[in-house]
Amino acid sequence: MSYVNCGNFKTSYEKDAELFQTKLSRFLIYAFITALFAVPFFLGDYLLYVMNLIFIAVIGAVGLNILTGFTGLISLGQGAFMGVGAYAAGYLSVTYGLPFFLAIPAAGLITAVFGAFFGIPSLRLKGLYLSIATLAAQFIIEFGFIRLEFITGGVTGLSIDYASFLGYEIDSDFSFYFLALVLCIIMTLAGVNMMRTRAGRAFLSIRDNYIAAEAMGINLFRYKLTSFAISSFYAGVAGSLWAYYTSIITPENFTIGVSIQYLSMIIIGGLGSILGSIFGAVFIVILPEVLQSFSDWAGGYYPNLTQIIGSIKEGVFGLVIILFLMFEPEGMVRRWRLIKAYWKLWPFSY
Amino acid sequence: MEFFVQLIITGTVIGSIYALLALGFTLIYKATDVVNFAQGELLMVGAYICLHLTVSYSVPFWASFLITLVFSFTMGFFIEKVFLRRMIGEPIISIIMLTIGLSSVMKAIVQIFWGTDTRTYPQVFSQEPFLIAGLSISRVYIYSIAAVAVFLILFSIFFKKSKVGVAMRAVASDQQAALSMGIDVKRIFALSWGIAAVVSAVGGIFLGNINGINTTLSHFGLKVFPVVILGGLDSIVGAIVGGLIIGILENLAGGYIDPLIGGGAKEIFPYVVMIAVLMIKPYGLFGTKAVEKV
Repeated sequence: MSYVNCGNFKTSYEKDAELFQTKLSRFLIYAFITALFAVPFFLGDYLLYVMNLIFIAVIGAVGLNILTGFTGLISLGQGAFMGVGAYAAGYLSVTYGLPFFLAIPAAGLITAVFGAFFGIPSLRLKGLYLSIATLAAQFIIEFGFIRLEFITGGVTGLSIDYASFLGYEIDSDFSFYFLALVLCIIMTLAGVNMMRTRAGRAFLSIRDNYIAAEAMGINLFRYKLTSFAISSFYAGVAGSLWAYYTSIITPENFTIGVSIQYLSMIIIGGLGSILGSIFGAVFIVILPEVLQSFSDWAGGYYPNLTQIIGSIKEGVFGLVIILFLMFEPEGMVRRWRLIKAYWKLWPFSY
Repeated sequence: MEFFVQLIITGTVIGSIYALLALGFTLIYKATDVVNFAQGELLMVGAYICLHLTVSYSVPFWASFLITLVFSFTMGFFIEKVFLRRMIGEPIISIIMLTIGLSSVMKAIVQIFWGTDTRTYPQVFSQEPFLIAGLSISRVYIYSIAAVAVFLILFSIFFKKSKVGVAMRAVASDQQAALSMGIDVKRIFALSWGIAAVVSAVGGIFLGNINGINTTLSHFGLKVFPVVILGGLDSIVGAIVGGLIIGILENLAGGYIDPLIGGGAKEIFPYVVMIAVLMIKPYGLFGTKAVEKV
């Protein structure tokens, strides 16, 4: 049995930056991932669908958290960037017949270029002004989705073939689960590791005090754009996954509402924490599904409920954001840390 | 030429409503440093309340107008007291997200009570248009420009002369100094939310009289950003000038660019202008430049 000291006794930077602090946590992570690979054999189609949505959301939320949580640059354009990824993947696979394992990274790169371009204002603008600039980016890109019909198919959308791998078509919730899960693990792991590199530390220092960061030799121009590019890469991958999942790409899936959803994920989960992004994504994806099943159940008693359930979902969504901000501003990840700290010392909590 | 003038007139009407919204936004931003993403929802709630009073309870229009103003004031006042008060000193993203959360709650409440269909006001203003220099201008346009002008004048008198108005300006320019002069800053915060809700509701009611109302009315709240960025975030004059400019530019873009590219230019043009302003003159026409100290 491995144990943890109830204090910080690390003597080297390598020890402090270790991915797994104890053997137990390494074992638990491996066990969790193995379990994730095993569960689809026991789940129904609906639960698989929810899980797939969660994986896509996790990728997008981790990306946004790198930008907003770690670098401190607020973006209201994540939805549009996901759309760029989706259309890029769609265009590449329809026009050039690229297989999905090339189209998804390519879409990510294209989105990264887009993101870096729309990140240029971040060099002059901060905080509020930047968030408003990204809001404009969101609307302009959305407009592009509708108007650039020769690429995007306009309002009718762009339909693409399902991904296929070695002649096996990934067209069901079940088979897509594995694609999404593998990508989600890769992207999350990359995110965790990125924060242990020079770039990751540079992001944190820009967030905490950009003047001090610059004085210490961090190139703000380079690292802010890098952060935008990385975050958009994540959005692009999430968007292209979405494209392969639904096989039809329409502009209304990438509106300002989606951007707000992603922001709420990282707020509810915890800013500046990869684990927080995962919690937040799970929470925000599951919330409307829970409300929907509640309404399906209660609809028998109150027939009016089914008509207004859309509004109720939106209201509850807003209420959850407000309550979290008022009572748990550091997000779910703080609760998680408290629980962990409790068990670390259990049963001798003093 | 006539087409051009018509566009300018419609632009002025819409622009004056933007100016009202931006006035509310600027008031809140100036006094409390809160960026309000729920400004459009304040407008929408006001429009719905007034409509509901007029249609369902057959209150005369002027009375329901006044009741709506009182209601909006109370609503804004309590939104600040209950929600925003706790957020003082929190990072900007938390405040932005809180107002976004408020906006979706308000939108949901409106949808639950009144549904999503478009509703129209009963005939309040006579249908017969004014004829000015050979141009026919719809009566409601004239009335709304006039009403907006009256409100803007009232507010500038309020800020210049009344005790509360002066106190609000004091808080806006220096919170600490205002506090030490015995001004109740907390009350001013709540008041500025109340007033912001009132001006938005006025905008909403006139907008409703022009186009009818549905829940997409809340999109107006996002249009307020180009306006305040152009005018300068913390400038009341800027809000008014910016509102008119954006309103007119938007309509001109709608009239002349839309036919070329097949629609949508009207919605997007303000944001293009905004990006340009942000890159060239980030503090807008009348805004004060923020000086950062280490």
